[in-house]
Amino acid sequence: MLSFLLRRLLTFVPTFIGVTVVSFVFIRLLPGDPILLLAGERGVGEERYAELIKQFGFDQPIWRQYIDYLGGVLQGDLGTSFVTKKPVVTEFFALFPATVELSLCAIIVAVVLGIPAGVIAAVNRGKFFDQALMTTALVGYSMPIFWWALLLIIVFSSGLGWTPVSGRISFMYFFDNVTGFMLIDSLLSGQKGAFLSAVRHLILPTIVLATIPLAIIARQTRSAMLEVLGEDYVRTARAKGLSPLRVNGQHALRNAMIPVITVIGLSVGTLMAGAILTETIFSWPGIGKWMVDSIFRRDYQVVQGGLLMIASIIMIVNLTVDVLYGWINPKIRKG
Amino acid sequence: MKKHFKLASIAAAAMLTASTAMADGTLVYCSEGSPEGFDAALYTSGTTFDASSKALYSRLAEFDTGTTNVIPGLAESWDVSEDGLEYTFHLRPGVKFHTTDYFTPTRDMNADDVIFTFERQGDEANPFNKVSGGTWEYYNGMSMPSLIKEIVKVDDLTVKFVLNRPEAPMIANLAMDFASIVSKEYADAMLAAGTPENLNQMPIGTGPFQFVGYQKDAVVRYSANPDFFRGKADVDNLIFAITPDAAVRYQKLKAGECHVMPYPNPADVAAMRADADINLTEQEGLNVGYLAYNSLVAPFDNPEVRKALNMAMNKQAIIDVVFQGAGQIAKNPIPPTIWSYNDAVQDDVYDPVKAKAMLDAAGVKDLEMKIWAMPVQRPYNPNARRMAELIQEDFGKVGVKAEVVSYEWGEYLSRSKDKDRDGAVLLGWTGDNGDPDNFLAVLLGCDGVGGSNRAQWCYEPFQKLIDAAKQESDPAKRTALYEEAQVVFKEQAPWATIAHSIVHMPLRNEVQGYKIDPLGGHIFYGVSLK
Repeated sequence: MLSFLLRRLLTFVPTFIGVTVVSFVFIRLLPGDPILLLAGERGVGEERYAELIKQFGFDQPIWRQYIDYLGGVLQGDLGTSFVTKKPVVTEFFALFPATVELSLCAIIVAVVLGIPAGVIAAVNRGKFFDQALMTTALVGYSMPIFWWALLLIIVFSSGLGWTPVSGRISFMYFFDNVTGFMLIDSLLSGQKGAFLSAVRHLILPTIVLATIPLAIIARQTRSAMLEVLGEDYVRTARAKGLSPLRVNGQHALRNAMIPVITVIGLSVGTLMAGAILTETIFSWPGIGKWMVDSIFRRDYQVVQGGLLMIASIIMIVNLTVDVLYGWINPKIRKG
Repeated sequence: MKKHFKLASIAAAAMLTASTAMADGTLVYCSEGSPEGFDAALYTSGTTFDASSKALYSRLAEFDTGTTNVIPGLAESWDVSEDGLEYTFHLRPGVKFHTTDYFTPTRDMNADDVIFTFERQGDEANPFNKVSGGTWEYYNGMSMPSLIKEIVKVDDLTVKFVLNRPEAPMIANLAMDFASIVSKEYADAMLAAGTPENLNQMPIGTGPFQFVGYQKDAVVRYSANPDFFRGKADVDNLIFAITPDAAVRYQKLKAGECHVMPYPNPADVAAMRADADINLTEQEGLNVGYLAYNSLVAPFDNPEVRKALNMAMNKQAIIDVVFQGAGQIAKNPIPPTIWSYNDAVQDDVYDPVKAKAMLDAAGVKDLEMKIWAMPVQRPYNPNARRMAELIQEDFGKVGVKAEVVSYEWGEYLSRSKDKDRDGAVLLGWTGDNGDPDNFLAVLLGCDGVGGSNRAQWCYEPFQKLIDAAKQESDPAKRTALYEEAQVVFKEQAPWATIAHSIVHMPLRNEVQGYKIDPLGGHIFYGVSLK
């Protein structure tokens, strides 16, 4: 097990360095000078431009800039935003919990609703529920997020007044961030009504962000279930006189879950992409919007630092999963 | 089971009650973006100024809200020497810096604070010069390093600015956001504590509101400053609810989640006007959108050719299509809200037949040219590509074949400065300080050729007028000089002046006393809720 862990950790190192190179090069490949963008129509004189180039270290050869950047990264310094003049790490950790909280809620909703819906559709193949679910899933999958979000706001917030339009909590509640997760912090604050307010603010963004993964999971569960339901062992289970619930739930679903879990894992990437739009529409202070704004401003330090942080977190999660696989299945760690 | 159902029903009912009611005495402003920080001198964006300098700080001189007139601020009065080189400011006694849970001032604002405010921006030896990555763009952009010779403390309440050259807009410059006065006592305390960046993150000013807290990209909270030298604000609390999307801001305004929102979508303006709960206020913006010819390249070096092209342009169609009612035709290079605007100037009449005849008379045939379309949206040009296409069509009617080109924004700004640039450039400007010099000298002065003067136009009679105005301290004489400069500009036509935006500001009906700031800021002192 120890040698398996060491092997995995060793692959971690070149991947990490690769990510630093890609994130460093990516933003510099885009056309656009950050100093000129910062100055806008006002412009900047030649002398002042040269001063700023020097101040930001752009006068150094590109390899030197990379070495300096890597040196900073190894010491936990991802640089300072050109725009806000604040450390990238501070900004990242101020915003990351909001994105995680929203994404977690969305994936939970997608899984909790998507899997049963897929199972029921498969069991009732060709019937009304199946047809209706697959049509709805197709609509959900093709739904433009921006339009869908605005529609929900207009109906449920402005029209019916059931949910707030945007934000994470009513401004009436004010407390220190302890974890950055509003649901937890609102409970910890002890302020009456704060938790409920945080939940109400989560409803619409969660629905919007969960829509596409929910559609994908429901469709994937249905097709995996249909495949499994035709297997001999399912027929045998039925022939033995087991109840439909036991046949579908215990024998079929368990075996159908492998591709579904893979799809759920892949949905994390979809969630990050969806979070950018969802965060913008619902004024949700997460990293999606922060990264997009920074790309438009060519805020090199934020883009490369943000990408590195996101990639590192995904790498750590993958490493943990690999280690868990190896622990559960000895074949993998010997492979 | 029944009990559980009842509890669930109560919870659901609570969840589904009407959206957040706003607390009494709390004004909520749905701002369009996040402030970059709270030390205004470090930044250049209006969004940051709204959240910092407008709410938290004061300056020696101030713009009278709703106008571009300069009135006394932290300085009760000032004297200007005969030669225009010395400005002596008499500070208002008894002005308090904010008392918050993170700082309690021990003294009133004085000359040390004024000197520190500017020294940290201009003196590299000052320990705050490099704090928070200070590049002091506005201080440098307004030429303060070459303009200010020294700042002298005469006594605690008197401070003298000595200049290297006369500069008539000096007082207006000192009313700008970068000149917001910060507390030296607080800065020293933060330096001693090893947290100098708190000057930017936990601000202390003398303004109408004091800082309570900021949750990044979500909300900024302020409370009224009880010691504000003009009297406590009418609202007790001010909230900036950061809402980047204009459609969502509108929904929040409708739902009563905010009282004021900036920058509505032009497409929503008609619905806002019809909404009984919303008071839609409007005013011309302090900006101009223009098409700058390259006056160094033939045939655009001929004023008659430029004039003919201007006459070929159907500006009303541009206003209707591109601005959708949120703009008005520009005839001068400065907006009507600025003093010295010359309303007597006649705009070029839209007359394609005469334009064609003028081009023929100038010997211009089968002219081919480029029209540069900005890749970004601005209030003075919400859709440059569409505008360029309309102009292309108009020019086609007088036999001029135009090609629309565009570049990435940084490239666009850089390449459009080239003296041998091929084509006419769509661009614009939003004023900084309400002074005509900020438009005429920056955009059309000889110093700006190869830089901010995209027409590359250096015309001696015009330059003489704006130079004389810059050194003249008598407002009436300055006005006359700028009025004449506008006449010369119109005759020479280095630009086609296209539009000034119209700023719409939707407010909920309970908001009283809000004045649109012609300088583009959002100011909540003097605003109350009924």
